[in-house]
Amino acid sequence: MSRHQADPALVKALVTPERVHRDVYTSPEIFRLEMEHLFANTWVYVGHASQIPNPGDYLSTEIGGQPVLASRHKDGSIHVLRNRCPHKGTKIVSETCGNTGFVFRCPYHAWLFRTDGSLHAIPYHRGYQDTDLMASEAAAGLPRVGDYKVYRDFIFARLATDGVDFESFFGDSLSSIDNMVDRSPAGKLVLEGAPLRYMHPCNWKMLVENQTDTCHPMVAHESSAGTAVSVWEREEAKGGKKPMAVEVYAPFMAPYDFFEKMGLRVWPNGHGHTGVTTSIHADYSAVPGYFDQMVAAYGEARAKAILGENRHNTCYFPNIMVKGPIQTLRVFRPIAADRTLVESYTFRLVDAPDMLFERTLMYNRLINAPTSIVGHDDLEMYERAQLGLHADGYEWVNIQRLYQPGEAEDVTDVAGGTSERQMRNQFQAWVKYMTMSMTPEGAGLREAAE
Amino acid sequence: MTDITEKDLTDFVYREARLLDELRYEEWLSLYAEDAHYWMPAEWQQTDPRLQVSLMYEDILLLRIRVERLGGNRTYSQKPKSRAQHLLQAPQVDEINPAENRYRTWTSFHYAETRGDEFTTYAGWARHELRVEDGALKIVLKRVDLVNFDAPFGNIQLFM
Repeated sequence: MSRHQADPALVKALVTPERVHRDVYTSPEIFRLEMEHLFANTWVYVGHASQIPNPGDYLSTEIGGQPVLASRHKDGSIHVLRNRCPHKGTKIVSETCGNTGFVFRCPYHAWLFRTDGSLHAIPYHRGYQDTDLMASEAAAGLPRVGDYKVYRDFIFARLATDGVDFESFFGDSLSSIDNMVDRSPAGKLVLEGAPLRYMHPCNWKMLVENQTDTCHPMVAHESSAGTAVSVWEREEAKGGKKPMAVEVYAPFMAPYDFFEKMGLRVWPNGHGHTGVTTSIHADYSAVPGYFDQMVAAYGEARAKAILGENRHNTCYFPNIMVKGPIQTLRVFRPIAADRTLVESYTFRLVDAPDMLFERTLMYNRLINAPTSIVGHDDLEMYERAQLGLHADGYEWVNIQRLYQPGEAEDVTDVAGGTSERQMRNQFQAWVKYMTMSMTPEGAGLREAAE
Repeated sequence: MTDITEKDLTDFVYREARLLDELRYEEWLSLYAEDAHYWMPAEWQQTDPRLQVSLMYEDILLLRIRVERLGGNRTYSQKPKSRAQHLLQAPQVDEINPAENRYRTWTSFHYAETRGDEFTTYAGWARHELRVEDGALKIVLKRVDLVNFDAPFGNIQLFM
């Protein structure tokens, strides 16, 4: 049998305040437990309401490897359902987005379901006449997820039937989503364009941790951002305005001191963000007309407050990151212990100038695409870490930068921007959501197996 | 060299691929006009590089950054180095327009990129828009459409 089983004590032993055991990145058994427990107990991002604006619209995705779909019902409500027919298990939809009309029709035997998931009809009715089908779970429609919630058009779901409610799970961390939405003069975002999809040969948590690792850019990205700065310094002498692309690249070379002063905030349940006082997104050129639009929409004081908030990366536990000032959302989809699909989405600020969306797209392609030189730098580091962790002799990963003994866990707090506090925060939440559905019998089973 | 022939155009496309395969990036860059772009769309029959999602849409400055980065001492994603190989179908000439100094070709290709033990192939179509500058053909726009533009790729570090 596997080493860890569903034993909460063994899972807890993988995380200390200052370090984590390599098994959290390399063990297929831990990965399986993450899918079974962590991704069932947490609120996971499903999609954006603007992807399914009309009745009958749907999007399909996955949570922890399980197929789900979100649909827009005729009354305008959104429903998150399991994407499998209760008959034989066939996936009801396979395209990422589409419109199904009034009902979902299983392509295998034409069982029909309304867009709120309820059963509409089963053909060849007499085949089930003398059975208890209609009283069984199979006739209850598309299987439900535990709970789902649409917050300012962002759709989240929790697979587990019982668990932490949406508001308790996210709390004040929703302020980062608020800020991204508020940056639209209309207070509305539209997800526009397909995501950039980038496969990584590493564990999903390495990508999540890297989002708040402010001591790697000036090192790992010296090759890309550093070269961009030096090439531009040569070109600049010839005259001309600093291009948007150089504005995007150059701040990656900011010194430690800049990132330290930028600050970092942690929230309970593993959420957190870098860029409390300022960030690498604070000094982009103004987009003509945009500030005036914001003042007209919100008044000057509120417009300044919204645009003065320049949060860098906000990580929502377990596996997404949003950039409010850039209007991007990245999903780190776990595929296997050593394989992660990153999908990077872009949003248009409704009623804002096109140039903002142009910058959003440029940022995404310069930083998050499989053709991105910044992405190449990062992937190389993740891949080396995934391979390096197989070295015996020392089995731990260190996360104690700016750690102070007695550091409070699972709280709202602000720290220096170069701290690894958010990584520690994530791993505390990791233990909590991994083990909350493990029964003490897990330990018993393991002892029996030994 | 005002009378550009079909052979001039196809020879140009082959020469560009050869420079890339031989990792002669400075010479490759010199094939591009100062206002040129290298574009890899991320949508089917995409029309707009600016307000639609692309994998790449880079001007000469950004291409130069890439070329210099590939040779950098601290470019760890190039330790070991990548290599490339193009297999081109005969380019089709879509336009010979001396009056407007515009020449266009369409080339179906398979492309392989390798690094260390990894070997990845890609397939697609390259479109070249060219013009004559000081007697020589230059690239104004190179557009590379992959057949699976929406697939989850790993690193694509070189040029197709």
